[in-house]
Amino acid sequence: MKITRTMEVGVGLFVSLGLAALLMLALKVANISAMAVTEGYLVTAHFDNIGKLGIRSPVKMSGVVVGRVTRVDYDVDRGQAVVEMRIEKRFSHIPRDTSASIYTAGLLGEQYLSLDPGGEETFLKQGDDLPLTQSAVILERTIQQFLYSKTVQGNGKKKP
Amino acid sequence: MTSLAPSENLNDPLVTVDGVSFSHGARVIFDNVSLTIPRGKITAILGPSGTGKTTLLRLIGGQLAPSKGQVTVFGQDVQALSVTELYSMRKRIGMLFQSGALLTDLDVFENVAFPLREHAVLPESMIRSIVLMKLEVVGLRNARHLYPRELSGGMARRVALARATALDPVMVLYDEPFAGQDPISMGILVRLIGEFNRALNLTSVIVSHDVKETAMIADYMYLLSEGRVVAHGTPEGMRASREPAVTQFMEGEPDGPLPFHYPGPDYLHDLMS
Amino acid sequence: MTELFARIGRSSLSIFERLGNGTLFLFQILMGLGFGFKRPTLVLLQIWAVGVRSLSIIMVSGAFVGMVLGLQGYNTLVTYGSEESLGALVALSLIRELGPVLTALLFAGRAGSALTAEIGLMKATEQLAALEMMGVDPLQRIVVPRFIAGLFAMPLLAAIFTAIGILGGYFCGVGLLGVDAGAFWSLMQQHIDLIDDVMQGVVIKSIAFGFVVTWIALYEGYASLPTSEGVSQATTRTVVNASLAVLALDFVLTGLMFH
Repeated sequence: MKITRTMEVGVGLFVSLGLAALLMLALKVANISAMAVTEGYLVTAHFDNIGKLGIRSPVKMSGVVVGRVTRVDYDVDRGQAVVEMRIEKRFSHIPRDTSASIYTAGLLGEQYLSLDPGGEETFLKQGDDLPLTQSAVILERTIQQFLYSKTVQGNGKKKP
Repeated sequence: MTSLAPSENLNDPLVTVDGVSFSHGARVIFDNVSLTIPRGKITAILGPSGTGKTTLLRLIGGQLAPSKGQVTVFGQDVQALSVTELYSMRKRIGMLFQSGALLTDLDVFENVAFPLREHAVLPESMIRSIVLMKLEVVGLRNARHLYPRELSGGMARRVALARATALDPVMVLYDEPFAGQDPISMGILVRLIGEFNRALNLTSVIVSHDVKETAMIADYMYLLSEGRVVAHGTPEGMRASREPAVTQFMEGEPDGPLPFHYPGPDYLHDLMS
Repeated sequence: MTELFARIGRSSLSIFERLGNGTLFLFQILMGLGFGFKRPTLVLLQIWAVGVRSLSIIMVSGAFVGMVLGLQGYNTLVTYGSEESLGALVALSLIRELGPVLTALLFAGRAGSALTAEIGLMKATEQLAALEMMGVDPLQRIVVPRFIAGLFAMPLLAAIFTAIGILGGYFCGVGLLGVDAGAFWSLMQQHIDLIDDVMQGVVIKSIAFGFVVTWIALYEGYASLPTSEGVSQATTRTVVNASLAVLALDFVLTGLMFH
């Protein structure tokens, strides 16, 4: 088989089609912007329980993604979980007394970290630890507490 | 291409096969075979089908290794050669396969040009003139745009002949060049092989069972049977021989020292059991 | 009873023998890889043969697989009221598994079998022997360019299959079933990571599959018996062995990559 112009053009088209597909997978399908965040600043927050929160879980303010969780660890000194997150550079004016809570998207959806801004004039910067946190709601524990309080109430009513 | 290997001497035979044995599984194909191929001559190796004539060519080309004995080509022990040395030895040997073995995805021109493109760095114009010259000799210059599937068996063999001589080899090995050819193609091939040998000062080895055609051009003949050389001599000497195995083969008698029946228990024995 | 053991022994011995021969063959290819870079036109020719000519089957299959995923995924997700996750579901299944695996299976059937048949026939018609006698190493001249081409074409084909599959899922989910286009893409982007999913899933897996399929196809052709029956058996073995190898390798790779 001798190489013809058709073959050269065909192979060229094939290679560019393949590269275009890879590019589409990288840019349109995968979230390259989340990957590229090496800029921005790191803050930590301590929780009694983080639920299913994991690395790359979104960090949201008023529902807008402002960063991602970068590290989840257990702080032996404080006996709490510590979550490290990277917040994008452009969100640099977040008050120092902002509180962090862990919520679930929908009933069974994934968990995310929500920031509720406070009123201070100083802003969060690299290495800060968020003072106010609210742990994840663990469904089993909530049900357990609910049932327990019902029984206590029931017992209380029967007694007199 | 015609330069000599360091250990080569012009008076030595080109190929020496010395006491070679070879078996294929349990079947013994050669048992202590010795023969010599002299320089510049056409040597024919004759024998009935299945006597391992093609195997002999493969031993010479180093594609197979003998279990015993030594094959010397151009003064070098083929078994002792490294892969690179073996490949450079093969560049000096052309081989015509029984089927032609043309590369099916290349046309006639590219098939003949193939060894030139692989081995020699030549400008395209030179390749073109060499290929056209070789094709002109075999009479297929105007068939150069055809593909192997469009060629008849005889034409394919002529193209293969042009390809085998493209690098101006020292020696050409022919594997059954006349088998299955019509009388005209056969005549053409006989003439071409003779002409090539003279014009290019080649050494030729023809492996064949076509006695008449081979005897027309051969300078010396070996007759192989059942793994051994049973006779050798010039064509005239062979024809004059009174040895039964030779006369049987030269005259084409069905039975004789070379049995018509495949060896085994006799017919009566098989019928009665 | 001893007969049975003897037969088992013999057949496992022959399996090991083939495996050993195949490994040796692979090493010979790897040693000769340099030749492919000296003769890029030969590689280009083979990319045409194994890559470009597999393109149509890959694109059509990719589109249909993506559309089926869109339909089935929608029907399942809508029960939980989370049909916006369709994009994530389609893209995750295609990128991590279906894209590379189905491409490799189609590649084995389309390109692998053709490679085996071609080389087997070249052997049967003495073309390989003729090359050897012309002083040309058929392993370098014939096998190496095909190996490089297979290794190169597979990831591109897998990427094309996956991308077209996602577009097919988009067409079904957004175009026909009315999933919100913004949610389709944004949830997909939230769940898919460039390194963990796209690189490992599509690129690394498909290179590994391309390596295995091309190796098996070339070996079966090169080691086939030089008869028409031998070539047909070798072609069948290529498709069967390459498909099994792809599925088994996929299990191992998935275990290593995604926890």
